[in-house]
This record gives sequence, structure tokens and C-alpha cells, in this order.
Amino acid sequence: MTRKPIIQVRELSVGYGDVIILDRVSFDVYEGELFVILGGSGCGKSTLLKAMIGLIPPFSGQIIMDGDDLSIQDETNLQKVLRKIGVLYQGAALFGSMTVAENVALPIEEYTPLPRESISTLVRMKLGLVSLQGYENHFPSELSGGMKKRAGLARAMALNPKILFFDEPSAGLDPITSAELDDLILHLNRSLGTTMVIVTHELESIFAVAQRIIMLDKHSKGIIAEGDPRYLRDHSQNPFVKQFFNRRAIEEDLDTAGKDT
Amino acid sequence: MKIPETPTKAQYEISEAPQGAVILRICGNMDASNAGPMIQTLSARLREYAISSLTVDLEGVDYLDDFGALVLIELRKMATHGRAAFHIIHASDKIKDLLSILDFDSLDEQLPIQKKSSPSVFVHIGEATIQLVSDMKYVLSFIGSIIISLVHVCSKPRSLRKNDTLLYMQRVGVEGLPIVALISFLMGLIMAFMSSVQLQQFGANIYVASLVSLAMTRELGPIITAIIVAGRSGSAFAAEIGTMKISEEVDALFTMGFNPVLFLAVPKLIAAVIMVPILTLFSDLFAIMGGLLVGVSMLDLTVNSYIAQTIKTLSLFDVFWGVLKSGIFAALITLIGCLRGFQVRGGAASVGQATTSAVVSSIFMIILSDSIFSVILRYWG
Repeated sequence: MTRKPIIQVRELSVGYGDVIILDRVSFDVYEGELFVILGGSGCGKSTLLKAMIGLIPPFSGQIIMDGDDLSIQDETNLQKVLRKIGVLYQGAALFGSMTVAENVALPIEEYTPLPRESISTLVRMKLGLVSLQGYENHFPSELSGGMKKRAGLARAMALNPKILFFDEPSAGLDPITSAELDDLILHLNRSLGTTMVIVTHELESIFAVAQRIIMLDKHSKGIIAEGDPRYLRDHSQNPFVKQFFNRRAIEEDLDTAGKDT
Repeated sequence: MKIPETPTKAQYEISEAPQGAVILRICGNMDASNAGPMIQTLSARLREYAISSLTVDLEGVDYLDDFGALVLIELRKMATHGRAAFHIIHASDKIKDLLSILDFDSLDEQLPIQKKSSPSVFVHIGEATIQLVSDMKYVLSFIGSIIISLVHVCSKPRSLRKNDTLLYMQRVGVEGLPIVALISFLMGLIMAFMSSVQLQQFGANIYVASLVSLAMTRELGPIITAIIVAGRSGSAFAAEIGTMKISEEVDALFTMGFNPVLFLAVPKLIAAVIMVPILTLFSDLFAIMGGLLVGVSMLDLTVNSYIAQTIKTLSLFDVFWGVLKSGIFAALITLIGCLRGFQVRGGAASVGQATTSAVVSSIFMIILSDSIFSVILRYWG
């Protein structure tokens, strides 16, 4: 694997209003990597993701996405940069008034000059990639949770983005569906070489897909661990990291127990 | 798979062997940035040849994604359409892998996607009738549950959510007052102005005061106020309950043992029924002030004579009648707004429909019930 960084986060501080959630965080994501952001509830995982996909402007610091600094772009340029990424939202965020095929075709129609017929062939290929052949004319409300996620993934991949972001891909899915989605993520990463950034706290998912992780912490408002999840599980000295990977409540402080699962 | 910032150019070269065997060599990238133009130019170029077999040589292709595969599919379609053979040669292992993942060989053969058949007119009429009947049932059961909740509130006043009721009284009444006052004032002004043109010819300037006060207190005051409240608050009720419905908050209330109607609709209903009549009184007052302004400034009436004429014209019954009507309008607006909110199913579009329908049906019901009131008054009063 080439070790060329595709996302560089430098001294990033984000938050809402006066509250700082993450304080001067820096890390790199390399090209083609399966990168997982994890941490307990309320540690700023989702905030970090939102900052990386340009939904909330950072207080300070830089996010360099494939050579472009997100924080200094104006609206039009930002949208151009964002075309390099795809996002699978937690609830899949499919448009309820459109069929699955129309959802996937929307970005393709907007940004490529392909004729209609070719677009429908392409949409069929995309849906085939996520094993949703035959569901073109279904509406999102007619799909199950796992199918919605896969359709959302097909839409996120519509323009073959360099980087795919996943917000809690296994949230709300049963273990089997969730494992299938993990397999699909691995498969797409291998066959297409897309860089994937996943926010999750599902331990099994983490061990199944992650090549490298960063773990965020609520108290230090920053990264407390970085590296291979299996190595961290077995060798980390940090008590929070240990507890997280071994799925144990914080014993000395029962009031806050549960936040690490 | 990536989209380069600047479209990468793919090179192609077409050579023709004897008997129409055409070889197409492609070099460079085949991706999202150039698939569209490539399909166009290649199909235009290949049309010049009488093809008996088309061979695509991918030796020089550095990168191919599913958009590239689409180009190949279009080429294959063209070839098979002219009954020519189609081959791909010198594809790298990576490209072969991708094509097999995409199910390249069988993509053409897939059946056209089944369209849902559109039912006939009779089916439509039948469905609409069934829908109408079930809607009516729903409306009846909704009104029933409102009545039960009201009875419950009367017997156990503690079960009314007082803070919510006060909040909605503020939203419907206090916050609605400025716009109601402004529009009523202007209405009074316009009415006085329009009627003065006619009445002046008979020297009956003083009757402008009678006309404005009577028309406003009996008819226009309640109607204008109700229409403004329908637009401001009826829509808000529908949108609020509808959004709660799709985010499962209504279900949460139900499972927590609350009666959603008692919890959500009754405070709104009580707030509206108290506040809209008060708003109507303000509306009457401001309209009379509008008329007064025109009377004093343009018709040489004194303030005293205008007010005296207004008092002489109006009976307490007129004011009471208008206020009574506005109370009924308020109940209609709230019931329709909440009903539409509870009827929301599905997603965001449904909330929009409910809001629109709440306002439209409220205004319709306001006008309809007002005409019924007029008829009642005519034969009974």
C-alpha cells in the first residue's frame, strides 16, 4: 500500500457555540486505507466526521482533503472539493420521494454528461455492487434497514469518490446484516481501492474492518490512542483504551459507567 | 476509483482489417470524467465502418472503473446491434476482476425493470372511495377522542398540560396580535375609503361609521382573524405534530401511557378557543380605528360623532355573535391542524402535504361554517 496521506487534519479544534469538543487534533489518513474513528459516546466522533465532510466549520486548524484545504474554501469551491467524497449517513438519508434508482442516479445526472440510457445501466451496476439488483423501482420506505444502508452506499459511491465516509454503519442493524455490511465495505475497499473513514463503536466491526484507528476521549478532548486495533487491545497501557476493547465498565466511577460500550 | 480534477484524455485508434474486422485500441484512463464524451465520439466514429467484428484492445488502459465499463457496454451494444462479434483483448487482471464484479457479461441480458402497472380509472375511483370512507372514519374517531379527552380534562383538570396551554396561548394570541391588528386596521381604512366615495354623493358620510363597525364585528373581523390564525397557527400545529409523528415521538408518548390527543391536541384547542375570540375583539377595534382615521381626515367627521354613531349602530348581540363565531372557527382550525398532523405517514414530503392541507381545509371550513351561521341568523334571529 502506498503511504501517501489523502486526508491531513492539522491542529483541528471544533465545537458548537462556546463549547470546544475537540481541541487541536492532528492525524493523517492514507490513500486506500480503512480508517476507523472510535471512542465513547459524547467524545466528538460525529463532530469530527461532520467537520471532515464540511458540515460544520472548525474553530481553528486545517483539514486538507486530497490537497485542498477545506477551511479556506468558499461555498462553490467547497462543493467541488466535496465531490471527491461520498458519505453514508447513519439513517442512509435516502430521499423518500424518489425511488432507489433515482436516488443513485441523482448525482450522476447532475455531474456527468452521460445519456439517460447509460445512466440506468450504470445505476444497475452500482446497485449490483451492493447486491440490490431488482430494487430499482422501490421506494426507500419499502426497504429494510440493511437494504437502505446498502442503497445509501450505492448513492455515496455514485461518482466513484476517492474517499467514503461512514457514520455508524452498523447502528440499528442486526449482527448478521451488520457483518454483511462489514464484508461489503472490505470488498469494496479491496476491489476499488477507495479510502474509507468509518465512525463506529461496534467492537466487532472494528476488528473486522479497521486497518488503523484513532480513539478519541471526552476528557482530554483529543486522541488518546492510534494504531492497529488488535495491537492496542493487547498492548495498550491506557486504562480507558483497555476497558474499551475489553468491553468493561469503569469500575471506580459507576455514575459514568456504560459510556465505554 | 477516482475522479481526477481535470478530465483525463483517453486516446483511441481504430484500424480496420479485411472483411470488416475493426480493432479499437484505447489508451489512458476510462473513468467518470471522460466516459460521456468517449461514448459519443466512439459511437460517431464507429458508425463510419461496416463492422463484422469489433475487438477492443485494452492493453494501453491504465485505469478503468465502472464508468469505463459502461463505455465497453455501449460498444458491445453497438456491435451486437449490427450483428457483429465483440471481443475484449489484453485486459489486465485488475480490469478483468472489476468486470467480473460488475457482472459485465450478463449486464445486457437483464430484463427491463418491471414498471408498476398503472391501474384503470375504475380502480382509481374505487380506491379513492375507500380512502374517503376510511378518512371519514378517522375524522370521526379523532373528534370522538378529542371529546373524550375534553371530558377527561373537565373531570380531572390536573391532567391538562397547563404550561403547554399557556405557551400556545402566547403563540396563537400574543404573537399573532400585531399582524391581526395591522391587517384589520387596513381593512377598516379601505372599507371606509371605498364606501365614502358612494355615501358622500348622498351626504351620508356619517353612515361610514355604521358600515365599518357592523361589517367588521359581524362578518369580516372573525373571518380575517380566523384566516390569519389558520395560516399562522393551524399550519404550525400540523407541521409540529406531523414531525413528531415521523420521528416516532407520538409513538413514544403512547407507549409511555400518555394519550397523544390529550397531550398534544387539547392544549392547542383550549389555547386557540380562548385566544381567537380575544384576537377578534382586537380586530374589530382596530378596524373601527381605521375607519375613524378616514372619517376624521377625509370626511370632516369629528371623533366624537364617529364614535357615537358606531355605538348607536352596534348592539351587544352583534359583538357577541362575531365572538361566538370566532370561537367555533378556532376550534375548527385546531381540529383540522391537529388531525392533518396525526395523519402524517412516511417522510418529509408528507409533512408538507399535511401543512398545506391544514391551511386549505381550515379556510374552506371557516367560509363554509360562516355561511351556515348567516343562514341560521337569517331564519332564527
